[in-house]
Amino acid sequence: MNDFVFPFHGARLAARGSGALWWAEAGLLVVSDLHLGKSARMARRAGALLPPYDSRDTLARLEAELDATGARRVLCLGDSFDDLKAARGLEADMRDWLLRLSAGRDWIWIEGNHDPGPVDLPGTHLAALQEGALSFRHIATAVRGEISGHYHPKLRLPLRGSTLSRPCFLVDADRIILPAFGTYTGGLCTTDPALDGLMLAEALAIVTGHSAQAVPMPRGRSTPRQRHHA
Amino acid sequence: MLPQRLKCWLGKRGWTLHPHQVDMLRHAAEPALLLVAPTGGGKTLAGFLPTLSELTEAPEDGLHTLYVSPLKALAADIKRNLSTPIAEAGLPIRVEDRTGDTPATAKRRQRADPPHILLTTPESLALLLSYEDAPRIFRGLRRVIVDEIHALAESKRGDQLMLALARLQALCPGLRRVGLSATVEDPAAIGRFLTAHPTPCRIVTADPGPDPDIAMLPLPTPPPWAGGGGRHAIPQVLEAIRAHKTTLIFHNTRAQAEIFFHHLWLANDDGLPIGIHHGSLAREQRQRVEAAMVDGTLRAIVCTGSLDLGIDWGDVDLVIQIGAPKNVKRLVQRIGRANHRYNAPSKARLVPANRFEVVECQAALAAVRDHDLDGDPRGPGPRDVLCQHILIVACSGPFDAGALFSEITRAGPYADLTRAAFDACLEFCATGGYALRAYDRWQRLQQRPDGQWQLRDPRAARQIRMNIGTIQDTDTLKVRLKNNRGGRPLGEVEEAFAATLTPGDTFLIGGQTVRYEGLREMVVEVTRREGRKPKIATFMGTKFATSTQLSARILRMFDSGDWSALPDHTADWLRLQQELSTLPRADRLLIESFPHDGRAHTCIYGFAGRNAMQTLGLLITARMEAMGLAPMGFVASDYAVLIWGLDPLTDPGPLFDGTDLRASFETWLAGNAVMKRTFKASAVIAGLIDRQSPGQRKNGRQATFSSDILYDTLRKYDPDHLLLQITREEARRGLVDFGRIEEMIARTKGRFDHRTLPRLTPLAAPLLLEVGKVPVQGAAQERLLAEEAARLLSSAGMAP
Repeated sequence: MNDFVFPFHGARLAARGSGALWWAEAGLLVVSDLHLGKSARMARRAGALLPPYDSRDTLARLEAELDATGARRVLCLGDSFDDLKAARGLEADMRDWLLRLSAGRDWIWIEGNHDPGPVDLPGTHLAALQEGALSFRHIATAVRGEISGHYHPKLRLPLRGSTLSRPCFLVDADRIILPAFGTYTGGLCTTDPALDGLMLAEALAIVTGHSAQAVPMPRGRSTPRQRHHA
Repeated sequence: MLPQRLKCWLGKRGWTLHPHQVDMLRHAAEPALLLVAPTGGGKTLAGFLPTLSELTEAPEDGLHTLYVSPLKALAADIKRNLSTPIAEAGLPIRVEDRTGDTPATAKRRQRADPPHILLTTPESLALLLSYEDAPRIFRGLRRVIVDEIHALAESKRGDQLMLALARLQALCPGLRRVGLSATVEDPAAIGRFLTAHPTPCRIVTADPGPDPDIAMLPLPTPPPWAGGGGRHAIPQVLEAIRAHKTTLIFHNTRAQAEIFFHHLWLANDDGLPIGIHHGSLAREQRQRVEAAMVDGTLRAIVCTGSLDLGIDWGDVDLVIQIGAPKNVKRLVQRIGRANHRYNAPSKARLVPANRFEVVECQAALAAVRDHDLDGDPRGPGPRDVLCQHILIVACSGPFDAGALFSEITRAGPYADLTRAAFDACLEFCATGGYALRAYDRWQRLQQRPDGQWQLRDPRAARQIRMNIGTIQDTDTLKVRLKNNRGGRPLGEVEEAFAATLTPGDTFLIGGQTVRYEGLREMVVEVTRREGRKPKIATFMGTKFATSTQLSARILRMFDSGDWSALPDHTADWLRLQQELSTLPRADRLLIESFPHDGRAHTCIYGFAGRNAMQTLGLLITARMEAMGLAPMGFVASDYAVLIWGLDPLTDPGPLFDGTDLRASFETWLAGNAVMKRTFKASAVIAGLIDRQSPGQRKNGRQATFSSDILYDTLRKYDPDHLLLQITREEARRGLVDFGRIEEMIARTKGRFDHRTLPRLTPLAAPLLLEVGKVPVQGAAQERLLAEEAARLLSSAGMAP
């Protein structure tokens, strides 16, 4: 799997084809929007009986990323659980798996809009994290050098007659938005005003998949964000 | 046999009944009755006469007859046609239609006070049956008439309808069933489909009328080598339109109809009134064309399968089929559209769109003359439809599993259903049917202490009702003319096509060239743009594959060496092929290998129809990749698949081993897009995921589930899940059509002729010009993405 490596506010970051962000110097792996327990919440709330294997698939992919990068620190950028009930109701074997993954690692849970309160799992629980020039939180704000999740960006790209639709990172000089890492987490198209108006005109979309590929972010009709020079 | 009032009315009109109409009256008491009659044989009247007669003689309140047709438009049309005799003969009968277009207030009133005759569609009937008051609505129902049953019997809509009839039969044990069918190859099979198993079905066959006057449309020039447009025939088609009152010009795809219409219009110097009609046009557009046809103001209509069924337009005196008909039965039904006078021969002309289609058209002409209709047996009723039916039953109230099982086995398509298979479907509906039992607390259906099943949460009924139906919606976007207030709807294009458009692109829709302006709230906005050369609108539509029987006829014609019926240009072409290589045979598989344009080419003449040949292309290239032959792409037609790559094939033996092929089919299921589409269709029908309406997509921030991910997840963690079983079963037909590959293997029994040749062969040459080339997947898509990324970055002035 090839990473897309780029400089960001003094750090060298790698956007991985898996949708994780890897900061090698800090030994830090960032994943966003795991939405563990999503299928159970769907059954509880909407009555849809989706294949109940999403949590184990998400964890299996996370474990593969941990093995591949050798990360010492893991940062989950919010909405790690589909809701608090899902966090409490996680099956015992999934909970054990999480415990095993977190053993010997520094694990940070950033709170999200789906899982605002503290979760009774090991690790540090924070609203946001500042690490040098980089700040990590769930939903993007106006802060520069910010890494967030929440929007689950995905892009649609015409490729000689067929259309590619995949989760992607969005990157500009000020911010990075991560795709969702959870197996069942859908995406919001980059052309949506919510994303379109958030990113600078020269923003890149980094497409996940076998290898991470950067393309200019496909835009909608909104005016891209302007940089305000102080 | 008829009450006086009806007799008088017929007499006043100067009408006498056809023998088959009399037969339908005579056998009106039969529990199951099937009428097979050609188009224009007064089928509908034959179906309704017993109802009119019974209701005149013994008027009573409530629903007497339910009429089900596959087309909404047909229900509305029948209502008009029935109102004439009812009004003129003063019959005490109320007729109403009920479809997706009926206003909610009218629907509510119909439930409270049903008419004598209700005209509806399979989906609207399924919805009615999902209501708790279904037993009251249908109380007293005597007859059900299924129109165009030959078309319904080939689709899941028909399977759903037969399950609905089984339910109706349980509510009204004396219910009599009537089927109205066009000419089919096996009426007994339709009879078994229609009847309440195991009651026998009586079949009434109308006089098929004189043989049609059918031939090739004479053309001064040979057709092109490839393509499907039929543009070369436009002057002769215009001439034929001029010489007839009303001409229907059938095409096999919507895109072809659009292009043909565009060029026909450009050449239409006399300004003959000509319209276009196909399924992707906005309803308003279609209705306008239909109304103009009824008024007789149109001289010709360029159309697709959207006019295969439905209203009989009396004045059509010529049918032109552009492109090979692919299927003899459908050709006969289309020819029947030219029925301006009953018992006069229908007139039809064929226009082969390319050189190979000359052969196919000739084979089809011979088949029509021999009354040799084709048809593939459909196999047992699909289980995704059964799952939906179980959910519909649950909406209407608690049920006993054993009673429901025996009710379902009275539906023809499900007569052989085992209890175990039924239980698996029930389990799927109740818990999702997963190996990991995760949802015991959140079951959709629950068993009560008395053993009856019911919805755990009655609110689920709303969602189940919204998902009723088995028609596959492709993801389409509406097209509108851009103006300040919404704009006029023109039709729909596929979402995938819309995604390839950039502002300024032009395409054809409804016969006009429009310019793409942008996408606004999931609506494609366009402006009118006259005279520019259009890009082509691609529509999913249905791509028909040449039937097994027709393919066999072509192979027999090759083998016979008697090509006297073929025009010289085509016979010469075949002779050249015979000289340079050999002609394909039914009992052997011809494989040609030759270099062309710097690449190694292999052409496999499987004659298994387009879908199966496409699947074969995917399978064989996957195996060639494993053998290190570096295939790069392929293109499939109805009769062959042409593969190109870096290294030549020297020994095809290992490629075509039947057992291996089947095994690699299983592996290949893993990542194939066609399989994922097949899965999605079944997942929607079975109620695993919701049908997506455009409105939902518009504001569905993140709730839109990728069915591809569900498919991958199931394959990984629950490979024996019911929905994967159903997906594999579906893959035997439809777009994957593996059944036809198996038929090809059985027919050739491992015997093949491998010809290694110095250059491209005459029979393979047209394939190079075919559209729809498929790049070999795998590394290919990543490579394309990398190329595209580099191109986009550099054109945006960024360094890759």
